[in-house]
Amino acid sequence: MASTTQPILRVEGLYARISGQQVVEDVSFSVAPTGVTALLGRNGVGKSSTIKAILGIIERDGTVEFDGERIDGLRTDRIVRRGIAYVPEDREVFASLTVEENLTLAVRQAEPNRALVDELFPELRTRSQQAAGTLSGGQQQMVSLARALLNDNRLILVDEPTKGLAPKLVFDVARVLKAAAETSPMLLVEQNLTVVRELAQDVVVLSGGRVVHRGPAAEFLDDERLVERHLGVAGAEDHHTPEGSGPDGGAR
Amino acid sequence: MNTVILLLITGVGLGALYFLVASGLSLIYGLMHVLNFAHGAFLTLGGLLGWEVGRRVGDGTWAGLIVSMLVGMAVGALFAVVTELVFIRRLYNRHIEQVLVTVGLGIASVALFEGIWGTDAIITNKVPWLRGTTTVLGARIPNHIWLLISVAALVLAAIVLFLRYTRYGLIIRAGVENRTMVTALGIDVRKSFTLVFAIGGAAAGLGGVLASVYYGNVSAHQGQSMLIYAFIVTVIGGLGSLTGAAIASVLVAVLQQFANFYLGGTGDLIIVLALAGVLLVRPSGLMGRKLS
Ligand SMILES: Nc1ncnc2c1ncn2[C@@H]1O[C@H](COP(=O)(O)OP(=O)(O)OP(=O)(O)O)[C@@H](O)[C@H]1O
Ligand SMILES: [Mg+2]
Repeated sequence: MASTTQPILRVEGLYARISGQQVVEDVSFSVAPTGVTALLGRNGVGKSSTIKAILGIIERDGTVEFDGERIDGLRTDRIVRRGIAYVPEDREVFASLTVEENLTLAVRQAEPNRALVDELFPELRTRSQQAAGTLSGGQQQMVSLARALLNDNRLILVDEPTKGLAPKLVFDVARVLKAAAETSPMLLVEQNLTVVRELAQDVVVLSGGRVVHRGPAAEFLDDERLVERHLGVAGAEDHHTPEGSGPDGGAR
Repeated sequence: MNTVILLLITGVGLGALYFLVASGLSLIYGLMHVLNFAHGAFLTLGGLLGWEVGRRVGDGTWAGLIVSMLVGMAVGALFAVVTELVFIRRLYNRHIEQVLVTVGLGIASVALFEGIWGTDAIITNKVPWLRGTTTVLGARIPNHIWLLISVAALVLAAIVLFLRYTRYGLIIRAGVENRTMVTALGIDVRKSFTLVFAIGGAAAGLGGVLASVYYGNVSAHQGQSMLIYAFIVTVIGGLGSLTGAAIASVLVAVLQQFANFYLGGTGDLIIVLALAGVLLVRPSGLMGRKLS
């Protein structure tokens, strides 16, 4: 769906290093102003690093334009305050802080979307005084998503939100992401192709730190040879039923 | 029995002094991963300027002492903030350089203080009550010990309340755990760096004034010698843990007092051995997070 409208995020010739090692090489792609763009690729190809480079969490070079303005020279907190939420791989909740404190810390606006978060994650309300480190993996993922959704975002970057979750929870998370994507564009790293098919309109595929494919999601997912070549899995996911155990190479 | 009580209570008093230095070291390391070797200079300058101002207000009076403590805190905080803004901030994430610059600053400060105040300790006047003693279960406890213990307890309570109930406290607690994620939530964590330096510097400056009460003198070297003990305390307590620093301060000082008395002045040796023991059994210290 290469639209004629301006992309919300444009990445051009992005390079990034971690402790001297090149992990993102000349990556270029854009994220549509609405809906979900999926960032795919096998383990270790640089998906998380690409997101971290966009946010300035790791050293980077190249052009990153957010809503037409360069953000590649800005500090991470400045970038985020422009309206970009980040849901990191492995949740990264503050273990020693309570659920409530985790959420309070994430609020960037005068009137956070408390009602929405309470509605999406009723469980977090009952556990508001529990230390986040004692929550289950699924509950921690809810905290991590809630931190993002408390704010009105202009873009959400989500890194493997369903990793390590039971099938029922994968479905719940996919539902939350779908709701979130209705109000804000999203760049989603996701190994579960069923979820990708359900949510994404476009895909960007990485291999060895480089972009090897870009295009409409359905077209890519329907091409079993492409999927096999770039993701190393047969494109045999269970269409349109997120409860099904799609191939999720997420386990390590 | 009297001796045990005396050693115990004076040990806690000395521990109070250690805590005033170690609390800042621990917070600064926890949040910023900077081992601040200039911390002793905050203490020394706080003690010296506190004394200079306090004796002019009223030498050996409560008013003079209270003014010294306020001046000591202000001087320590200011010195620390300038250190952070001028040196540490420019070396963001370059930990080796940060350590080197604090070592250099520590050494240069001592030289400067020696130039101004001389190399010898200067005897200070004490408030009369603080020169007296109070008998507890037969042991005659020097009154200045009560001052040290109560001030350190107030400082501990204030820092704990600050960390627990303020937004900056929340940011600091989160930052000690995962600084990157704090910035990824849109928070400028550098403001809290300056703040922990200010808090640590104020506590150290106050410690400088109390050290002059404890030792009965001020000197250009007070901070440097105190810093060594404070580092040992911080490591034993667990770098980054305030509670750990509080507990370890008291443990180390009490141990030191007992060893000095019963084992022929081997206090320093014993606490170094204790440090080695803790590092072998629990490398991250008593209350420290696992090292990653
Ligand atoms: N902290 C680090 N130190 C050294 N190398 C790292 C570090 N983090 C990532 N890398 C390397 O960078 C490369 C890209 O990692 P990245 O996490 O971006 O991959 P990914 O596509 O997100 O993988 P996954 O699907 O497993 O999450 C990998 O080769 C990885 O080993
Ligand atoms: Mg990853």
